[in-house]
Amino acid sequence: MKTAAQTVLTGQPRASDVVLSVQDLAVDIRTHRGTVRAVNGVGFEARAGETLALLGESGCGKSMTAKALAGIMDPVCDLAGGEIVLNGTDLAALTPKERLKFAGPELGIVFQDALTALNPVYTVGTQLGEAFRIHRGLSAKEAKAEAIELMKRVGIPEPESRVNSYPHQFSGGMRQRILIAMAVALNPRLLIADEPTTALDVTVQAQIMQLLRKLREEGQMAVVLITHDLAVVAEEADSVAVMYAGNVVESGPVSEVFSDPRHPYTKGLLESVPVHVERGAHLKSIAGSPPELHDIPAGCVYQSRCPLVQDICRAERPRLLPVNGSAAVVQTGAEDDADNGLGADADLDGGNYAGNFAGTRPPRPGRVAACHFSKELNNV
Amino acid sequence: MKSSITEPAVEGNLTLFRLLLKDRFAMVSALVLILIGLTAVIGPVLMGDLATKQNLLFANKAPFSLAYGWEYVLGSDSLGRSMLARLVVASRTTFSVALPAVAAALVIGSLWGVWAGYHRGWRENVSMRIADVIMSFPSLLLAVVVLYVFSPSAGNIVLILALTRIPIYLRTARAESAELQSRTFVDAARTFGARPNAIIGRHVIPVVLPTLLTLATLEFCYVMLAESSLSFLGIGIQPPDVSWGLMVSQGRQYLQTAWWLSIFPGVAIVVTTIAANVLAAWLRIATDPAQRWRLALPRKRLIVRIPVKEAKP
Amino acid sequence: MSEPLLQIDGLCKTFHVAKSASGNTRLKALDGISLTVGRGETLGLVGESGCGKSTLARTLMMLETPDAGTVTFEGTNPFGLRGKELLSWRRRVQMVFQDPFASLNARMSAGAIIAEPWATHRNLYPSSREREARVRELLHMVGLRPSDARKSPQEFSGGQRQRIGIARALALNPDVIILDEPVSALDLSVQAQVLNLLNDLQQELGVSYIFISHDLTVVRHVADRVAVMYLGRIIETGDTEEVFDHPRHPYTAALMSASPKLDVTGAKRDRIVLQGELPSPLDPPSGCRFRTRCWKAQDICAEVAPEPRVATAADGTLHLVECHFPLESVRGLTGATTAAG
Repeated sequence: MKTAAQTVLTGQPRASDVVLSVQDLAVDIRTHRGTVRAVNGVGFEARAGETLALLGESGCGKSMTAKALAGIMDPVCDLAGGEIVLNGTDLAALTPKERLKFAGPELGIVFQDALTALNPVYTVGTQLGEAFRIHRGLSAKEAKAEAIELMKRVGIPEPESRVNSYPHQFSGGMRQRILIAMAVALNPRLLIADEPTTALDVTVQAQIMQLLRKLREEGQMAVVLITHDLAVVAEEADSVAVMYAGNVVESGPVSEVFSDPRHPYTKGLLESVPVHVERGAHLKSIAGSPPELHDIPAGCVYQSRCPLVQDICRAERPRLLPVNGSAAVVQTGAEDDADNGLGADADLDGGNYAGNFAGTRPPRPGRVAACHFSKELNNV
Repeated sequence: MKSSITEPAVEGNLTLFRLLLKDRFAMVSALVLILIGLTAVIGPVLMGDLATKQNLLFANKAPFSLAYGWEYVLGSDSLGRSMLARLVVASRTTFSVALPAVAAALVIGSLWGVWAGYHRGWRENVSMRIADVIMSFPSLLLAVVVLYVFSPSAGNIVLILALTRIPIYLRTARAESAELQSRTFVDAARTFGARPNAIIGRHVIPVVLPTLLTLATLEFCYVMLAESSLSFLGIGIQPPDVSWGLMVSQGRQYLQTAWWLSIFPGVAIVVTTIAANVLAAWLRIATDPAQRWRLALPRKRLIVRIPVKEAKP
Repeated sequence: MSEPLLQIDGLCKTFHVAKSASGNTRLKALDGISLTVGRGETLGLVGESGCGKSTLARTLMMLETPDAGTVTFEGTNPFGLRGKELLSWRRRVQMVFQDPFASLNARMSAGAIIAEPWATHRNLYPSSREREARVRELLHMVGLRPSDARKSPQEFSGGQRQRIGIARALALNPDVIILDEPVSALDLSVQAQVLNLLNDLQQELGVSYIFISHDLTVVRHVADRVAVMYLGRIIETGDTEEVFDHPRHPYTAALMSASPKLDVTGAKRDRIVLQGELPSPLDPPSGCRFRTRCWKAQDICAEVAPEPRVATAADGTLHLVECHFPLESVRGLTGATTAAG
């Protein structure tokens, strides 16, 4: 199975090249109450061999962003602006027909619900082979052989006999593997995984995450992982963009964002997880619920739930500005020396950041947060 | 005045009426039905004996002419009877047969089906087999046999028509009820110890009813036509009584020469059915709290793109 | 330790299903479950989908009839009861369902939903004035406004709906509430609100919880004791800290290890990633049910089903494990979060 991966991987991008760069992405939804902006000025970068997590609660626009990237938005949704640059091509400027060429060889997507994402009336082999027939013009027989190869790659036992089975004959975990196999069939540069393990059991979830990691390493893919699970982000992602009510409110390397959140929402989320808390003790929950999309306030999107809210938050929407994470990290105490040193250097020189990883990396955007009071956050 | 907060959330009839005013089609349908209803109730009295009065001088007059007096505005039949008067009088006969037949079938079939679907098991199996037997037996044949044996009175016609249409409701009600009884809120009610009949009344019937009512309006049309075919065989409504269905079948042989004889009663049947159906479809949405917002929806908004209120960055 | 309020002994439930691959039509969803729940205690029930935890909840709610085994609640077995006695037993044990959308009838107002149990238990609040007062009180208890009683469920968010579900379960003043994944359908920030609410209610009312969840972090936070289920059996049970910090059953250890940790230090853990998937409950493995995925399995595991044995008895709480080769001491599995304990 290594050979299968390698033969196609000629001319692969180097690790941590920017594969996908999204800027000012905006998506509108037409509803019966008028048009609402579901995604507002979202921007992030995904790099080869790394995982970027889009983290947020339901309705925050993370799935809408994924669909906009993949060009599979619902008919009532419109791309209202922004750039989606994948390997130098701006997908947002292409016609739907032109975009079709990118689905598969350049970009793969894995959905949450594997049962509905697979067509129940075709065999798994047919569905897996489809990509090869469309994009490489293989015959049905050749495509089937490729499908078997693919099933081996994603760890489905006895692929030769199971290639003719139908989706319902597989368990949830195996169906998710098939879906992943379809997404990576043509070795895309970018893999979008929309809540790939939410419907699965913990032990199976661990298997699927392991598989995604393996495939990412093999193909030097950039992975955009969409999830609501903080722990999954902490374990799987390199960088994270936290979304709230259609906006990115904070982004940066996971270890820094999670150890020293610079936006009250990120902080609130981290504190809502019942770890480090005495059993039965009160959790610090975020009061209230996210704003309805048609009712997003003029100022900061988080103002209604924010403990720090001031007049300026109601008047002016904060922009995503670089935050100096280093000072704050020092203040929080010396839990982890390595991390502190890293945090202190990160803003001065992106190159030093590489200390944590193998190999040299190009400079990357530092941490940003959209809050008027990101510096005062420690006092909450 | 003080409505209890623990009562089911049937928001006042006033809200329903306001929603009705908003929906043009439903509103027109309601008006049409009211008109037809009034005609059936008080029309025959106003018409007196016009419907049976023969006047061979005015036989087979074409409609839309006031030359022979207002009563012949919709033309006349071969015996010179006023079509208008006959339609009005027939409306009462039609409704007095079709309404009870539909209502009886609806009530019996629905309750039976809901009960069978809720309990599943043998109750469901036996009920469905009975329904199959009734369905597979040609209903017209059944009617002919019964009505030959007993006298073809209005009551017997109602009985026969109701009996043959029960399976329609039975099947639909059973399917919906079987699905509903596995829902979580029904399970929740079971955990309080609520009895099956209480659960059926509280949770199953309110959900199933709108579907069945829509079905019943379609059945209304079917029953009227079935009654006409019985009349055609001479075992339905007996002249000089007249029904819309009977008028259609009687006028059929004159279709070439006097089209209005069967077209007008036919139109009456179709208009009644469509109006009832539109209203039922509306009612079905209006009584469902999860779908009610659709009615408040300006129809074109979903298609036309409206620029966003520009949010300041 | 509080005395057991609810005692479950050897509970079995078999479903008859369409033929499986091996021609077996009997699905043993529960295969000899024994558990106790103390007054005011929270018992966490952990397991993957298909392990039988929902069947156990449904059986305790008497939505299913067990084939064997007994449930004792203050000395009586509810499965022998009929009529009024059965009704009064039902009042004592109530349930909160997982899906806050499907578990509320969309055609009823919030007030009517909360008041629904009293339609069956008429003597609890006989007059309509008492009922309305109680509905307001319950709404207040779960953090909703009295005016919310008139709203219909779709006007509420998921978290608020779950509050209505909790209020409905409280309407009969039960002693035990079975919480079937009460927060897994909710967003994280809302999840914390509901967990806090459940915690407050327990302190205020002294009610016992059986908290079913697949989210180990949540269970660790709420449960006093925890029971781990695998294919219809309880394979490990004990004090929450004890089980989480020193899992003795390999499956428990794997489960703990597999669940992602919010560990900001970024240190890579050695994870036990189990191979394979849950065997079909229609054809469970012979002997120990976990042996097909267990890295410690030996011949005896295929032949003899392990009996529950006492692993340790810390603080007077039994730590039972069903394994021929229980793990001695597993370090580094539970991550950095356990250091405080």
